[in-house]
Amino acid sequence: MSGPSDFQPTNPALKWIERRLPIMGLMHSSFVAYPTPRNLNYWWTFGAILSFMLGVQILTGVILAMHYTPHADMAFKSVELIVRDVNYGWLLRNIHASGASMFFFAVYIHMFRGLYYGSYKEPREVLWILGVIIYLLMMATGFMGYVLPWGQMSFWGATVITNLFSAVPYFGESIVTLLWGGYSVGNPTLNRFFSLHYLLPFVIAGVVVLHIWALHVAGQNNPAGVEAKTEKDTVPFTPYATMKDMFGVSCFLLFYAWFIFYMPNYLGDAENYIPANPAVTPAHIVPEWYYLPFYAILRSIPNKLAGVVAMFGAIIILAFLPWLDSAKTRSSKYRPLAKQFFWMFVVVCIGLGYLGAQPPEGIYVIVGRILTFLYFAYFLILLPLLSRIEKPRPVPNSIADDVLAKSGGKAAPMVSTVIALMVAGGLLLGGAESARAAEGSTKPPAQKWSFSGPFGKFDRGAMQRGLKVYKEVCASCHGLSFVAFRNLAETGGPGYSVAQAQAFASEYKVKDGPNDQGEMFERPGRPADYFPSPFPNEQAARAANGGAYPPDLSLITKARSYGRGFPMFLIDFFTQYQEQGPDYVMALLQGYEDKPPAGFNLPEGSYYNTYFPGHAIKMPKPLNDGQVTYDDGSPATVAQYAKDVTTFLMWAAEPHMEARKQLGLQVFVFLILLTVLLYFTKKKVWANAH
Amino acid sequence: MHACEPIAGLRSHGKGANRTILDCLFRRNGGGKAVFLPPRGPRAPAASLRARFRVSGAVPLAADKKGLEIVTTASSADHPTRRDFLYVATGAVAAVGAAATVWPLVSQMNPDASTVAAGAPIEVDLTPIAEGQDIKVFWRGKPIYISHRTKKQIEEARAVSVSSLPDPQSDEARIKPGHDQWLVVVGICTHLGCIPIAHEGQYDGFFCPCHGSVYDTSGRIRQGPAPTNLAVPPYTFVSDTKIQIG
Ligand code: FES
Repeated sequence: MSGPSDFQPTNPALKWIERRLPIMGLMHSSFVAYPTPRNLNYWWTFGAILSFMLGVQILTGVILAMHYTPHADMAFKSVELIVRDVNYGWLLRNIHASGASMFFFAVYIHMFRGLYYGSYKEPREVLWILGVIIYLLMMATGFMGYVLPWGQMSFWGATVITNLFSAVPYFGESIVTLLWGGYSVGNPTLNRFFSLHYLLPFVIAGVVVLHIWALHVAGQNNPAGVEAKTEKDTVPFTPYATMKDMFGVSCFLLFYAWFIFYMPNYLGDAENYIPANPAVTPAHIVPEWYYLPFYAILRSIPNKLAGVVAMFGAIIILAFLPWLDSAKTRSSKYRPLAKQFFWMFVVVCIGLGYLGAQPPEGIYVIVGRILTFLYFAYFLILLPLLSRIEKPRPVPNSIADDVLAKSGGKAAPMVSTVIALMVAGGLLLGGAESARAAEGSTKPPAQKWSFSGPFGKFDRGAMQRGLKVYKEVCASCHGLSFVAFRNLAETGGPGYSVAQAQAFASEYKVKDGPNDQGEMFERPGRPADYFPSPFPNEQAARAANGGAYPPDLSLITKARSYGRGFPMFLIDFFTQYQEQGPDYVMALLQGYEDKPPAGFNLPEGSYYNTYFPGHAIKMPKPLNDGQVTYDDGSPATVAQYAKDVTTFLMWAAEPHMEARKQLGLQVFVFLILLTVLLYFTKKKVWANAH
Repeated sequence: MHACEPIAGLRSHGKGANRTILDCLFRRNGGGKAVFLPPRGPRAPAASLRARFRVSGAVPLAADKKGLEIVTTASSADHPTRRDFLYVATGAVAAVGAAATVWPLVSQMNPDASTVAAGAPIEVDLTPIAEGQDIKVFWRGKPIYISHRTKKQIEEARAVSVSSLPDPQSDEARIKPGHDQWLVVVGICTHLGCIPIAHEGQYDGFFCPCHGSVYDTSGRIRQGPAPTNLAVPPYTFVSDTKIQIG
């Protein structure tokens, strides 16, 4: 992409091809001989990391699409089937779902890097604008992907975001109807979102090619912000940049794998483990963390149209950056004022992200407005002003001089920035956390679970007892519809043999049919059957339970959560604490009070529970001492029942948890080895360039 | 810093442009003067590389050759084995990782656990099938023909000389002893997978409408493009009137 190459293959067959399609020459001049500034730091590896992530997302996405069903009635279930039944389906889904977050994480670093080092300035304006287009496409793709699992957040996120377009004057309603393909978000919406979610990544890939093309025409910017003039300023892309990028990708993989194998739900919302329900809106609609700053801007503006305009404007304004900032010096390293304001801008963005996750009330609204003003002020007032009044420090004569000037000790600022960014990113994520904390209920005490932590394993005894509790108590009202009898005999499960699972299944009556006479009939359960639900449909369940719908328990330990608050959620990331759901379920089962506290007005037909949000629960106290007989000598107490059934339900929610953690360990050992080797290889290769 | 200028070198030395890095590293390691230059032939570096691979006991990886051989050869001037070992080890570990990554990506294409579970054995009650009748049941998504054969059909199947058949197999070998009247076959034409029609064709067995394969009353191929007899699925008689397929 940087002019014709003089590359000539020696193999006659390759020569034959090369004369007709000089693709090897193109590859060679773009990715081997291509000169890169020799002073690039690790922030520049995020370009490679992003390309890698795009590849990962497309690959896993294409695979997931082989198993996914884009239908309103089946989408949620098909995602569960992927995770439970497809070979390594849980792994592929975790890679794809956390991959979206990693992709955005990397793109934000990439963008802030461009902002700091002035990578958008002449002659790289088009390169930058193509980047903004990629970012917009990524946002659209990410949003539509989030809709596909068809959980509560998917559904309501889709509703809220598509309704943004209703702010358009005159045509708003028609546009929204057009997007929906109906009178509300429904099956047609899901179908088109699936189609577009599949399409857009390839559009992104196309724009990425243009982005790289433009990059190779203008050449890479670099920390010094001076153009490469002589050959002393550059090194060939391969092996120098290649090795460095590989090392960067490898480090990034370590970070990524932490989410895939140990914290797959850390970045997600528990609410999305509840199937979409058009009749109930979740208490807090919070978008994925990467949209939060823009969501905050949207909410800060009290006018619907103005809010939407501001939100989109906040992104579009980036495209005008090359002309808003007309300073001649590129790199903020030599711009004392711009440098400080840059970091303030970073703080503003993170602050907006934090606010985006808070309930839109009180002080949050005021701070949100201030930060929104500051966000726009940075682009519209500060940068134009700075370029006129700031006196930059002298820039080095050449890249080679820049390299000579700093011998050693340059890694330190990078490390501290990374740590600062991680803390800041954590704050942002924590914002999403605190929204849930604000729901006004007592926090359940954190329990010790055998399955927590990187080496966690289920307690088989507890699972078997829990199954008994479920069968004898919970099953009269709650289904377990994603669990099949065969699962009881699977590795990582309660440890029954195939024959035991078969015997267990045959105790159930399962509806089957129609037979040759066209009639439905009952037959004994088989291992392939799923736990039958106690009620034929939601209406019947509500009618039998005083209007309340006893939720299906298959995913309950993942669908319930509570805010951990600051700084616990940050610590949780490192300790791999993921057991909010089980803690809550266990606390709820034991949290019944015979008498509500004085002054609490308990509605008719409700019971007081310390841990239930709002405290008035329709489910009567389900467990009492001695209710279930254990034959292994475990105490027949409510506390023991609660612990056992919660353990069982945790397994029901994630039957492959043990496999996940075991594979995670292997992957980490491997990745650490690879990263260390790549580090030394990179060092050896670069030893020649210094 | 050093005399080497990679991009300039790229255009001036050697035939393959990628060999310039080699030239480059050489001159640097030699402190400006080329101490040890291998012959310029295109295959020479690879050969010397292979020789050293043997020394360090590692297996050269095809994938690594292009990227690493140059550097490896070049660097041999100062730390021959340590540096080579590092590059080879890194390449090998990366290759192992790539191969291990492919595994789940391919394995996911196999039938998932629910499909496997749904493919469990099924039981079929034979009492409603009158002599001369046949039924079609589904097992693992495949149609299974269960024919209650007449005396005449059985005799027909046994009258033919086995060795004259395209896929020689006796009728006895295709049924369960003592249950001569029951023929259980997978109703999928062995040519290209169409479903043959029962009680058609000149052998009173099955006829495939797709390309005209004709099977006899034992489900054996008699005429047409199909290469083999209709497959007999695994099944057992649970009782005289009940079979279990699978
Ligand atoms: S498929 Fe039956 S004859 Fe070709």
